[in-house]
Amino acid sequence: MIATLANPLKFMAFSRWAAPALGVVAAILIGWGLALGLAAPPDYQQGETVRIMFVHVPAAWVSMLAYACLGAASFVSLVFRHALADAAARAVAPLGAMFTAMALITGSLWGRPMWGAWWVWGDARLVSVLVLFLLFVGYIALRASIEDEVKAARAAEILALIGLINLPVIKFSVNWWNTLHQGESIMRAGGSTLAPVYLLPLLLVGAGYSAAFGALWLARTRGEVWRRRGASLTLQAALS
Amino acid sequence: MTPHSTLFRRELSLAWARGGGPLLTVGFFASVCLMVPLSIGAAPGRLSAVAGGITWVGLALASLLSLDRLFERDFESGALDLVNLGPLPLETICAVKCAAQWLASCAPLALAAPVAAIGLGAKVETAGLIALTAAIGGVAFAFVGGAGAALALVSRRGGVLIALIVLPLLTPPVIFGGAAIANFAAGLPWTTGLILLTAYALAAVALTPFAMAGACRNALS
Amino acid sequence: MTALERLEVAAVTLQRGARALLGGLSFDAVAGEAVAITGANGAGKTSLLRAIAGFTRPVSGQIRFLGADGELDADATRREECHLVGHADGLAVGRTVREELVFAVRWTGGDATAAIDGARRLGLERLLDLPVRHLSAGQRRRVVLVRLIAAPRRLWLLDEPLTPLDADSRAHFGEIMSAHLAGGGVIVAAVHDPLPISARTVAISG
Repeated sequence: MIATLANPLKFMAFSRWAAPALGVVAAILIGWGLALGLAAPPDYQQGETVRIMFVHVPAAWVSMLAYACLGAASFVSLVFRHALADAAARAVAPLGAMFTAMALITGSLWGRPMWGAWWVWGDARLVSVLVLFLLFVGYIALRASIEDEVKAARAAEILALIGLINLPVIKFSVNWWNTLHQGESIMRAGGSTLAPVYLLPLLLVGAGYSAAFGALWLARTRGEVWRRRGASLTLQAALS
Repeated sequence: MTPHSTLFRRELSLAWARGGGPLLTVGFFASVCLMVPLSIGAAPGRLSAVAGGITWVGLALASLLSLDRLFERDFESGALDLVNLGPLPLETICAVKCAAQWLASCAPLALAAPVAAIGLGAKVETAGLIALTAAIGGVAFAFVGGAGAALALVSRRGGVLIALIVLPLLTPPVIFGGAAIANFAAGLPWTTGLILLTAYALAAVALTPFAMAGACRNALS
Repeated sequence: MTALERLEVAAVTLQRGARALLGGLSFDAVAGEAVAITGANGAGKTSLLRAIAGFTRPVSGQIRFLGADGELDADATRREECHLVGHADGLAVGRTVREELVFAVRWTGGDATAAIDGARRLGLERLLDLPVRHLSAGQRRRVVLVRLIAAPRRLWLLDEPLTPLDADSRAHFGEIMSAHLAGGGVIVAAVHDPLPISARTVAISG
């Protein structure tokens, strides 16, 4: 499938229907998950605010997924010099920034009623997502500041791979840092201790976010391909 | 004389003069450390609790200061072309440049760091460990920072961009080093932080030269 | 490694941005021969020299270096046999002329004393311990020439080498190039004005 999609024409034909189809799937999954989430009983500790988890946690998942996709697209572009992979990498970065921003904002909204603060440094996941947000911003800034598109692509690929190698280390270091300050740390509902009544909506919204991410990524990559075609037509017209 | 030492001497003389040299770097570091008590107040207990951390943040910032010139001057003057047509591969050249940057910028900072930390109220016994972590952390700052500097070669703005792309990558060494200092001061086990910091620095030395060489080739093409 | 005998450029096309350059250019240059690359501004003369030096990869075609026993390793040849004189002179303005010459000559595998002798012959003796920033454009160009002569390299890639030079210096530079060719060297020069030595001309169109 990947070999087929590597062909730009086939990619355009595929994404033409795949992007809206994924969008519909995303809407259904997110709607279903949120409906279940709203119907779930309030948590005995967190009360009604537990429902913020259904929009926050999946956003954090997808922001990690987005960086993994950025790294993978950059790797393919760097090794195989594939233009479509570069278009995909360029398209995914602002999406990743958007999902990380969403995770940060919803995390902050969750923190306020729970701990009485808009930002809690004791939450390792939130801190990791903040660093991830800065990695996306750095990537976008680097690309935006380079005029030559070929050179911008190469430089951005290298940065994305450095970030990809660093990301697990950052995750580890932030978690480790968090355990050091155990006194200030906050244990949060999550992982295996989560009751099934919360787990199902969480997974549904997670799948829905992933589908939405996929739909937006395909659409943005299409836009990028169109932009490049336009630019090369303009150039040909200028040179002929 | 080996080509490595020939190149290292050139790079060191350039690094020593670059943007005012060690004096400017250490001066900037001292200014950052001065601003903190002025902004958070002089209560001794409050300051001494964060002295190690402030010092460590000051180090990370100060070591980024002269990075924008690390490759840029040689790139613009054409010297990178000539150096590239020499006996060593570009990866080694980049590593030698970063080593010289470390000696001219991070090593003086490692000497200044304990002074600043004690001035802010850190215990005198922490001085040795602060200098050591600053020296080891400086290796990570110089090499990861060098990768940022090489990537920024093709961009229109150097300095700020380098800081933006490098600082998030420096989260792990800042955590590891800061934790080693804080735990040592509190009488807790501190060697794990130091070991992790050293591992990070070694990994940076091993891996970033490839990124730097790739970025330089991209800029030269 | 055997010495470089021949440079072969075979059907090379380069790319700048989205534009194709050179359109499958082919030529070769053997030991003792100079090739003058001519063409309009933007035709790709500089890009061609940089491709031979290995900085840019051709999108198609090949650049080969041949010795007496066949093809040489391109990377090693570039590291050991190439010298590029580009538009920018590569001098660090804060360092002295002596420091820059000694480094450049050691780096290219030559003898530092030969570089200092060369500087004396070109009238740079009084300037040796001056930082490069105090030199005039013409003096800097002479430093570049000393560096070129003192580097024991067979393949010279010269980008508009005559432009900053006056008539006397051009004649002198002609002698330097002739001596290099007589010693088995190869010269590929991008030029606007004809070289002061006999050279084969390769014209490229934009």
